[in-house]
Amino acid sequence: MKHETIETNAGWLIVLTMIVISIGGLVEIIPLYFINNTVETVKVDGKETIRPYTALELRGRDIYMREGCYLCHSQMIRPFRDEDMRYGHYSLAAESQYDHPFQWGSKRTGPDLARVGGKYSNAWHFQHLMNPRSVVPESIMPNYPWLKEPLDYADIKDRMRALKAVGVPYSETSEEYQANVERFGKDVADQLNILKARENLIAQAGSGNYDGNPEDISEADALIAYLQVLGTMVDFSKFEEGYFAEFR
Amino acid sequence: MAHTTAQPAQYNYAIVRNFTIMALVWGVLGMTAGLYIASELAWPFLNFDIPQITFGRLRPVHTTLVIFGFGGSALFATSYYVVQRTCQTRLWGDSLASFTFWGWQAAVALAAISYMAGYTQAREYAEMTWPIDILIAVVWVAYLLIYVMTLRNRSQPHIYVANWFYIAFILATAILHIFNNLAMPVSLFSLSSYSLQSGVQDAMTQWWYGHNAVGFFLTAAFLGMMYYFVPKQVGRPVYSYRLSIIHFWALIFLYMWVGAHHLHWTALPDWTSTLAATFSILLLMPSWGGMINGIMTLSGAWDKLRTDPIIRFLVVALSFYGMSTFEGPLMSLKSVNALSHYTDWTVGHVHSGALGWVAMISFGSLYHLVPRLWDTRMWSTSLIYLHFWLATIGIVLYISAMWVAGIGQGLLLRAFDDYGNLAYTFIETVQFLHQPYVVRALGGLFFVSGIVIMGFNVYMTIRQGRREQAALQAKLA
Repeated sequence: MKHETIETNAGWLIVLTMIVISIGGLVEIIPLYFINNTVETVKVDGKETIRPYTALELRGRDIYMREGCYLCHSQMIRPFRDEDMRYGHYSLAAESQYDHPFQWGSKRTGPDLARVGGKYSNAWHFQHLMNPRSVVPESIMPNYPWLKEPLDYADIKDRMRALKAVGVPYSETSEEYQANVERFGKDVADQLNILKARENLIAQAGSGNYDGNPEDISEADALIAYLQVLGTMVDFSKFEEGYFAEFR
Repeated sequence: MAHTTAQPAQYNYAIVRNFTIMALVWGVLGMTAGLYIASELAWPFLNFDIPQITFGRLRPVHTTLVIFGFGGSALFATSYYVVQRTCQTRLWGDSLASFTFWGWQAAVALAAISYMAGYTQAREYAEMTWPIDILIAVVWVAYLLIYVMTLRNRSQPHIYVANWFYIAFILATAILHIFNNLAMPVSLFSLSSYSLQSGVQDAMTQWWYGHNAVGFFLTAAFLGMMYYFVPKQVGRPVYSYRLSIIHFWALIFLYMWVGAHHLHWTALPDWTSTLAATFSILLLMPSWGGMINGIMTLSGAWDKLRTDPIIRFLVVALSFYGMSTFEGPLMSLKSVNALSHYTDWTVGHVHSGALGWVAMISFGSLYHLVPRLWDTRMWSTSLIYLHFWLATIGIVLYISAMWVAGIGQGLLLRAFDDYGNLAYTFIETVQFLHQPYVVRALGGLFFVSGIVIMGFNVYMTIRQGRREQAALQAKLA
């Protein structure tokens, strides 16, 4: 075919353009669903240790997205010596398998948060969110005093149902609950039960007391609950050296 | 009398005028937002404990206003103009064209307001909530329909090369927008939604979208602009017809593969990011094909650089296009990316493309367009020169500061002391960034001042055009 045919025929131009621009995406995206070792298997004693977020952590993650935290903090540790020393073991694909959307980020104006869970106390996090420069004088992060406001969790069940619809194993029926008990163990399965979402959320905020104020449930309670779980679901001491490298 | 002048309007210029004005309005607002967030990084007190203006909420306002508000409106304006001129026919569908105008402006405005209020999908450059995504999809289908129908009505046998690029941009943007925004709303009356995909697949899809927003929205489409306005302003034909064919097909094919270079060394499988790096290097060739074709169009007319400030904008734009499409493949090499990723080097790279290429080619094209749309001359040529220098100095300050910041921070973060410990804490690298951040904000101030001056010059030009029209009408009456 002469190029002149394409130049004189809008139909040809459109059809050929569509074909040419479709190939790259198809080749790179589709196989990620079918190549088995794309996402690692992470099981200890037959149970999966990477679980969906609890109701409170989920609302915390929503706040993380609302405030645009991902624009300055990554959640993706690369396999380099300096990152290993600074942040910990490199991130696994499995660790963000329930992240809709992923929050790997693209810029570290602040440090990576993929394994921030457990590094600092709840009190430190609360103080840092209220006024970062009171704990890190050179910080350029904004203050977030409005996170003291009460958390809105009226639509928590709708949120979990929406996530269930896109594949996150929250349970509504007793069969789904039983499947979760098999997969994650009973304690986790209870937290994934949509029907008990409100009680679970209130209970976790109360016992966790993330913001130092046991009276009410604040947005900071949720956000800190989320930050404290980041990167804590895989106990790397339970796996043989080199196990995760097989997946790369 | 009216009938002496009013021929049936051959072209729909009204729609081009509307988009031209809004390109400048969004340009001023979006670049001002950029200057403000740059200043917040240098002087964090500027966040003022006000949720709506903190960095995390204003940054998507900046990117959305400049990419979709300024860039998008400039593309609508120029594509509607170019398709009419090169097909020598009126734009198809007057009322549908008005719908694309109002729909697009509404989408941009609603997006900016909703981010400040805290409604976002938390996907870079695709932060719009699902109802806005649907509005954009509808507008885009209308845009495609108008464009194709106008092409079909052409009175020229050939479809001019600029239109190939515009068509590829419209088709690719439709595909990218729809597939990257598939999501499940929390409920019918909630603005919140969760993306269909998660983790590694979601990351791949997002950067397939993200990099092709650059490749098609910010490159292919602006090459369409280049292929019309450079030959027109220079008064010479495009340098090589054959080169334009080769680099068009190569560019649109290769771009779609390279998104995963944003995910080097992440949990994305190696095969995908290696493939992306390979195609990123190949992409240098068609990118430079376009740059060479644009620059060489000036052969025999280089003297015009001395007398025509608009040609200066176009040539500097092509130079920055060549520079940033060299830097891009360099940064896509895994070993370079290990240093550059997550740092301000990436931010600087984006801006050498966005300010140097996209904004400069748009300024040049709009300076060409405005006098023709309002049937007059530009009000002030010296203000065009002033704009040119402010913009150019601003870009140089911006990207130099970001090279220092990005490469500097990358080196500090991987430095070890004699005992093998990390030599610097993270916060020490943040302190190091303060000075480059101040210089970057200064560069931004130069650039914003430039577009404000352009806005003033265009406003005075429009007023002058209207006065001349009124005087002409009075004489004829």
